[in-house]
Amino acid sequence: MRRYGVRTVGLGYLAIVLAGPLSMIFWKTFEHGFSPFWHALTDAESIHAFENTLLITAIAVPLNTVFGIACALAIVRKHFPGKGFVNAFVDLPLALSPVVVGLSLYLLYGRGGWFYGVFAGHGIQILFSLPAMVIASVFVSLPFVAREVVPTLREIGDEQEQAAHTLGASGWQTFWRITLPAIRWAVIYGVVLTTARCLGEYGAVSIVAGFKTTATLQVQDDYENFNLAGAYAISLLLAAIAVLVLVAMMLAKPKEETA
Amino acid sequence: MPIAAVATTSTHGGAAGFWDAVSSPEAVAALRLSLVVAVLVSLANAVLGTATAWMLVRDEFPGKRVVNAVIDLPFALPTIVAGLVLLALYGPRSPVGVSIAYTRTAIFMTLLFVTLPFVVRTVQPVLHELDTEMEEAARSLGAHELKVFTRIVLPNILPGILSGMALAFARAVGEIGSLVLISGNLPFRTEVASVFIFNQIHGGNRTGAAAVAVVLLGVSFLILLLVGAIRRLATRHESA
Amino acid sequence: MSISVRNVTKRFGDYVALDDVSLDVETGSLTALLGPSGGGKSTLLRVIAGLEQPDAGEVSISDEDVTSHTPQQRGVGFVFQHYAAFKHMTVWDNVAFGLKIRKRPRTEIRERVGKLLELVQLDGFAKRYPAQLSGGQRQRMGLARALAVDPKVLLLDEPFGALDARVRKELRAWLRRLHDETHTTTVIVTHDQEEAMEVADQVVLMNGGRIEQVGGPRELYEHPTNAFVMSFVGPVNRVGDAFIRPHDVELALEPNGSTQEAMVERVVHLGFEVRAELVRDDGERLTAQLSRDEARELELEAGQIVYVRPTRQTVFS
Repeated sequence: MRRYGVRTVGLGYLAIVLAGPLSMIFWKTFEHGFSPFWHALTDAESIHAFENTLLITAIAVPLNTVFGIACALAIVRKHFPGKGFVNAFVDLPLALSPVVVGLSLYLLYGRGGWFYGVFAGHGIQILFSLPAMVIASVFVSLPFVAREVVPTLREIGDEQEQAAHTLGASGWQTFWRITLPAIRWAVIYGVVLTTARCLGEYGAVSIVAGFKTTATLQVQDDYENFNLAGAYAISLLLAAIAVLVLVAMMLAKPKEETA
Repeated sequence: MPIAAVATTSTHGGAAGFWDAVSSPEAVAALRLSLVVAVLVSLANAVLGTATAWMLVRDEFPGKRVVNAVIDLPFALPTIVAGLVLLALYGPRSPVGVSIAYTRTAIFMTLLFVTLPFVVRTVQPVLHELDTEMEEAARSLGAHELKVFTRIVLPNILPGILSGMALAFARAVGEIGSLVLISGNLPFRTEVASVFIFNQIHGGNRTGAAAVAVVLLGVSFLILLLVGAIRRLATRHESA
Repeated sequence: MSISVRNVTKRFGDYVALDDVSLDVETGSLTALLGPSGGGKSTLLRVIAGLEQPDAGEVSISDEDVTSHTPQQRGVGFVFQHYAAFKHMTVWDNVAFGLKIRKRPRTEIRERVGKLLELVQLDGFAKRYPAQLSGGQRQRMGLARALAVDPKVLLLDEPFGALDARVRKELRAWLRRLHDETHTTTVIVTHDQEEAMEVADQVVLMNGGRIEQVGGPRELYEHPTNAFVMSFVGPVNRVGDAFIRPHDVELALEPNGSTQEAMVERVVHLGFEVRAELVRDDGERLTAQLSRDEARELELEAGQIVYVRPTRQTVFS
């Protein structure tokens, strides 16, 4: 009896909050047929927006992967002063509003900001251009790889690494042959989350983007310019990517749990 | 990157300027709205999220694996897309016949969507690890179901619920992407803190924006400390 | 391939794991580091291996000072209590690991790994993963892996601790046979005195970070230097200041001048050996150990009155 009660609450909740919106995307996009969808998707603006999004993601994800693994190794295996601070700092982007992130970059790299002089002097534009957008994306998607890898590293323990050392493997060899294979599913899961975050980032990037655009910014732009077809088309594509991400997560997760 | 934090604090034209900016009626209204809605959403999540987690861990039904994966949808979906879709769902010309866009209810519903995964995902592993033998022992000692839940299960999953709530709160307070379209930005009525900052930046009022941003920053730090404290409290029982 | 440890001290915070420890291990010998948990034996082994750095003192292998060398440079083979198997590699790849790191030619690797797997009786399991092996098999793999790179010394850290009793006894005997064939200088850490006595040429008894006594198994048993050693290497009765081994407690059915009266509380039959738990008329409790035949002759049973006399006892100053 109780079981069905909980089940109804749970599924009902999910139906209202999740399933509704999901089906909406489909309906609204194809409300007027396939052709407006295709046109909206393939016009120059949309393509450019997607290009930017992909470029930013292609830079941010590898950076955060390397950083995340290095951080996780330092947090779990080493002891150094300020470790607690590093640990908390890695979690910071999760609790921070993207607007605050965007604003701080705006203040830092914009006119009158601390770093403005450094870059302007060399003719490099940070704010209102790709670099700032990349930095924003890197910051907001910082934690994911590290947070996934840390518990896995902890669980494995370092005996395998010690064994490798006694067998003659150098630090680097041990990392490539022993540590990395052991954490690979956690890394993959973290990379998938990082990618999803980068693709979907809006708030921080919006503030520092200026006239540049990304897929997410384009959705807002289209909507406010009454180009509903465009807005929904891009949204559908982004939603489809999100679903793919979910599938990827679903596939990566069981491996993690049975390890 | 820590400089990002420093930078925000640097620009508010002096302490007096800061206070003025923060205590302007619009800013106060925006902050209040953000905080109140965030609290409500966290509470809703605590109850509904726990129920969902329970269902996923303890119950078996066809398609469970899919449902489990779908929980993460708000995590994976770009926030602006979520906002757009929810606007279509609840706004004018809505298929469901509801028209609450540009209202506070809309903000609540949107944030509920966005924060859905948090409590569910923090409670799930705890529930999973929970030794059902404890519950069986309680039953054999004569406790009836509700008692078993409140006295045995709840105390053990409470840290999970609390940290999920804290994360949901932090997310709700700072959320921008999904709200930018739906909330309508009516100052004093539906303008949340994050949107307020957004508007201030576009309006050139850096001081005002920075001031409110500092408040949000403070909230974020508090949340982080809270989550850390909860984590430490929880593991206290484990390292026996 | 001798090992020499000189005045090694190791602390973990306030806790002193090793207190000015010195030890010599002869080339080709099998030495056991024996002692209760927390006594410092594992720490000493890890210091020899280079997995821990001592706070003071030196370690030499084959007369070469290796104190500042990393584990990679010392050429030691290390076997872990919980196997430390490379879970994502097959048995073959695990054993071949050290050789691959050293970039040995493929034919050499194939030959060597094949021979080793035969030696540890895992030749049919080459393509399996550690998760598919039993504990005993995993440990045999661990041994093969350590031996693959021809280590100067072989170090084993409670290698059979995680296995059940029967497997432990089998592997113990097998290890001794292996040692007799290969003559690699070996040091094994164990808290099981029976294991140490059975397997080792030299036993080093450690307690509280210090070495209590070093000697052959027989020497430690028959000539313990203090009460701790005597109590640890075998069962012992303590009566006042005197220590009496159960098999030195003689039982008779008739009194004579030097015996004392005692009642049999309990008789435990352990196969060939029989243990009798006695209470002397002065209240002291004793355990006596007899053979099955001796017990049958006395018709030993609970409640019986017997007369006891220690044939040998030790008092420590």
